[in-house]
Amino acid sequence: MSNFSRRFKSLFLSELRTGLGVTLRHFFKRKVTQRYPEEKTPLSPRFRGLHALRRYPNGEERCIACKLCEVVCPALAITIESEQRADGSRRTTRYDIDLTKCIFCGYCEESCPVDSIVETHIFEYHGEQRGDLLMTKEKLLAIGDKYEAEIALARQEDANYR
Amino acid sequence: MIDWVITTLGHLPVVVRTVILIALFLIPLMLSVAYLTYAERKIIGAMQVRMGPNRVGFFGFSLWGLGQPIADAVKLMFKEIIIPTGANKYLFIISPILSIAPALAAWAVIPFDKGVVFADINAGLLYVLAVTSIGVYGVIIAGWASNSKYALLGAMRSAAQIVAYEIAMGFALVGVLMAAGSLNLGEIVAAQKGNIGHWFVWPLLPLFVVYFISGVAETNRAPFDVAEGESEIVAGFHVEYSGMAFAVFFLAEYANMILISGLASILFLGGWLSPLAGWDAATTLPLIGPILDSGVHWLLIKISFFLFVFLWLRATFPRYRYDQIMRLGWKVFIPITIVWLIVVGIAVLAKLPPWWGA
Repeated sequence: MSNFSRRFKSLFLSELRTGLGVTLRHFFKRKVTQRYPEEKTPLSPRFRGLHALRRYPNGEERCIACKLCEVVCPALAITIESEQRADGSRRTTRYDIDLTKCIFCGYCEESCPVDSIVETHIFEYHGEQRGDLLMTKEKLLAIGDKYEAEIALARQEDANYR
Repeated sequence: MIDWVITTLGHLPVVVRTVILIALFLIPLMLSVAYLTYAERKIIGAMQVRMGPNRVGFFGFSLWGLGQPIADAVKLMFKEIIIPTGANKYLFIISPILSIAPALAAWAVIPFDKGVVFADINAGLLYVLAVTSIGVYGVIIAGWASNSKYALLGAMRSAAQIVAYEIAMGFALVGVLMAAGSLNLGEIVAAQKGNIGHWFVWPLLPLFVVYFISGVAETNRAPFDVAEGESEIVAGFHVEYSGMAFAVFFLAEYANMILISGLASILFLGGWLSPLAGWDAATTLPLIGPILDSGVHWLLIKISFFLFVFLWLRATFPRYRYDQIMRLGWKVFIPITIVWLIVVGIAVLAKLPPWWGA
């Protein structure tokens, strides 16, 4: 561009007017803001929220205490203790996830051979004391029982890609 | 309505009358400053495809966040004013006052309608120029008294910038003065009487643009906000200010914005004159005729438009580099205004219609 036409353009603020046009166009656009508690963004079936332990339909807990999740956990948030039950199967006696350590990477869910430990869609939870975020086996199973339908649906939606 | 107020007030002692008039004017101005901050957040939000404040309302209704400025004001009033160690206490406290007083005092000569003006002085334009340039002392003293390097840097930048743009602004005003043949703001508006074509924007278009851009620079607004430059020198001259002292600087900045918008409307866009004036078919219509005819509301509409442009500029442009600001002020604006002054002088002498012809 020649020197003259550049000066001409800068004198008549042509670039600046283009910029003003852009902002004015956006002024009338539909806003992208989500008003959170009233409106929520859709969650992927793979969303990694609060953990849960699942059961089989007959009520037997899925976890076989293989401890793969404990091993794979990069934050060392999972603690498992196990023993042989009266019927000869191996089950956990203790399954703790410390949510204050957990980084929600989803490795535990991925490593689980029996789809026992899963991460749900729940992300709006809180603890009022330190211990509240230390999830025990009972708490995790309770979450699993309560949200089983939702958890199963999310697994099914994602089944083709797993 | 206005006539009635004036005649009623005429029976009161001068001091009481003046105080009432000042209050009558100051309270709406402060409210508009408060809601200008709200408008700023809403408009810039909209331009960034966001919503802006939409939570704080009244009595449990969110009302698009209309309660936000009130909440902000209350918060600022209850915050502690921290005076830094080593700061000059006296100057530290007085500088916000120095910066808001001129911003409010300049309104004394602004005519809102024919004859509706606090002080109808002949040197109105000169008074405005003189009073608004005192405002820079507030900034400089704040920067110096804070005993902070960022504040001092901000104050130095702002001082140099305001001095540079004051000249271009002054020249632009000289153009208006030549065109109108008067320094009285009411008479300047009267000189633009006729229809929309008689407004001074048309013959003085370059001066109008220079005036408005200089006005943005004078008020230290984006893209000329190097005095604050939050990404460079924290908050510039008011880093050390908190609570109400900070709020007063804030008020001064926004009051100045409204003042510049008001002056731009009066000097170039015919103040309270309606754009439809002179088109009798519209102004004599029943019901809406008085609205379409000249009146205070047209001045308010024009001021709102300029304020929107202020916010629009802020949403659009990144901050100028410091040397570019200086170049623009000294090497672009001043030559343009001088050239156009000569053009205006010739046009006035040649009695160029429709502005100066018979």
